[in-house]
Amino acid sequence: MTLATRIIPCLDVSNGRVVKGINFVNLKDAGDPVEMAAIYAREGADEITFLDISASVEGRGTTLENVRRTADQIFIPLTVGGGISSVNDVDQLLRAGADKVSINTAAIRNPELISDIVERFGTQVLVLSVDARRARTKSGFEVTTHGGRESAGLDAFDWIEAAASRGVGEILLNSMDRDGTRSGYDLEMIRKVRQICDVPLIASGGAGDLLDFERALAEGADALLAASVFHFGIYRIGEVKAALSRSGYVVREAHGVSEN
Amino acid sequence: MIAILDYGSGNIRSAQRALERVGSQVEVTSQYEVALNADGLVVPGVGAFGSCIKQLNSVRGDQVIKERLKVGRKTLGICVGMQVMFERSDESSDTGLGLLAGQVKRLSAPVLPHIGWNEVNTTLQMNLLAGIAGERFYFVHSYAALSTNKEVSIASSYYGETFIAAVEQGALSAVQFHPEKSGDAGLQLLKNWVSSI
Repeated sequence: MTLATRIIPCLDVSNGRVVKGINFVNLKDAGDPVEMAAIYAREGADEITFLDISASVEGRGTTLENVRRTADQIFIPLTVGGGISSVNDVDQLLRAGADKVSINTAAIRNPELISDIVERFGTQVLVLSVDARRARTKSGFEVTTHGGRESAGLDAFDWIEAAASRGVGEILLNSMDRDGTRSGYDLEMIRKVRQICDVPLIASGGAGDLLDFERALAEGADALLAASVFHFGIYRIGEVKAALSRSGYVVREAHGVSEN
Repeated sequence: MIAILDYGSGNIRSAQRALERVGSQVEVTSQYEVALNADGLVVPGVGAFGSCIKQLNSVRGDQVIKERLKVGRKTLGICVGMQVMFERSDESSDTGLGLLAGQVKRLSAPVLPHIGWNEVNTTLQMNLLAGIAGERFYFVHSYAALSTNKEVSIASSYYGETFIAAVEQGALSAVQFHPEKSGDAGLQLLKNWVSSI
């Protein structure tokens, strides 16, 4: 009787379409997030994350519609992040069927937003997304915004402690140095953040090898998020879980229960 | 008809869709009479115990639930919707409905909230878990009840300590996890509950 390690595929969605290439299904264009979410759910994903990178209002509307369609069909948790800047944005997403939201830039700009969201909806809906990279700051890591392109001028650990004190449900720790490189999670960063946070820690950025997943767990991650390895068909979710299981980690098997 | 009590607590769309998926006709309502007379009533709940109780009481949800149970109408609490059935919670000075004996406590675990898929086990024959005892369900919570009356059928889970994951006491059923977010096992649980109505 132990909590299973969560494996979370992340879909980058722009104007309602998945924008990273996905090789293992033969879709005509970049991909329908609802369809992709359903495939991942069938393959044993423990949660799905949509990262909305739409620049336009229309794009956001399309994303809301996709959240609705996904929540109608897929009965596992759905987290939506990207561009959330107000309590009203959160309300709209939750009403559309999202279970959790992740916030990043807006919280840095206005930390009060964390408190406002938590007060209205509870800590369990809020994932603090931290895009961190190595830098000459106190902890050796700084926070970035705009997908890692800009420094927020904040020490990553100071920020995590300040944000966590307002009450967040989880921390999504994304290594901008490793993002998309498939060279492994930033293990030192995971280890050090684990020491200062007592909410669930989702490791993100750099998964490339089957061993990378268990290395992150060994440093204290509670859940593992990955995009490229799944989208490019390098590993199936089931393969990652089987490898973790062989190494003694507890995973949820995707055998399912018949639905007749 | 299954009613989902809408008292401003959280994402009820998922619960609605999941019940529809298992063949139910569902109505989301905050109307006293509708909730009272529905064949089955689902009481959802997320967030803090205190605000849940206050909002529940503001739509007379406490009375609806008690009236239903008096006449044996099936009622299912989910997550904080389960916690409010107990006498009280460490999280708040507000009192619960007291339909289940005992108190909701903060779990003793190094990392909270307890988020993710955990096993739910029971040695009893519980209708809710028919065919799915031992399956994993999706939890998101920091508080839980650790014990209740001996007469109540319980299933348990473990996170730092053993806690009550599901209960059945006459017409009252309640689950600490989210069946509507627990994939096929969760849909089966809802189907089991609906079939019992």
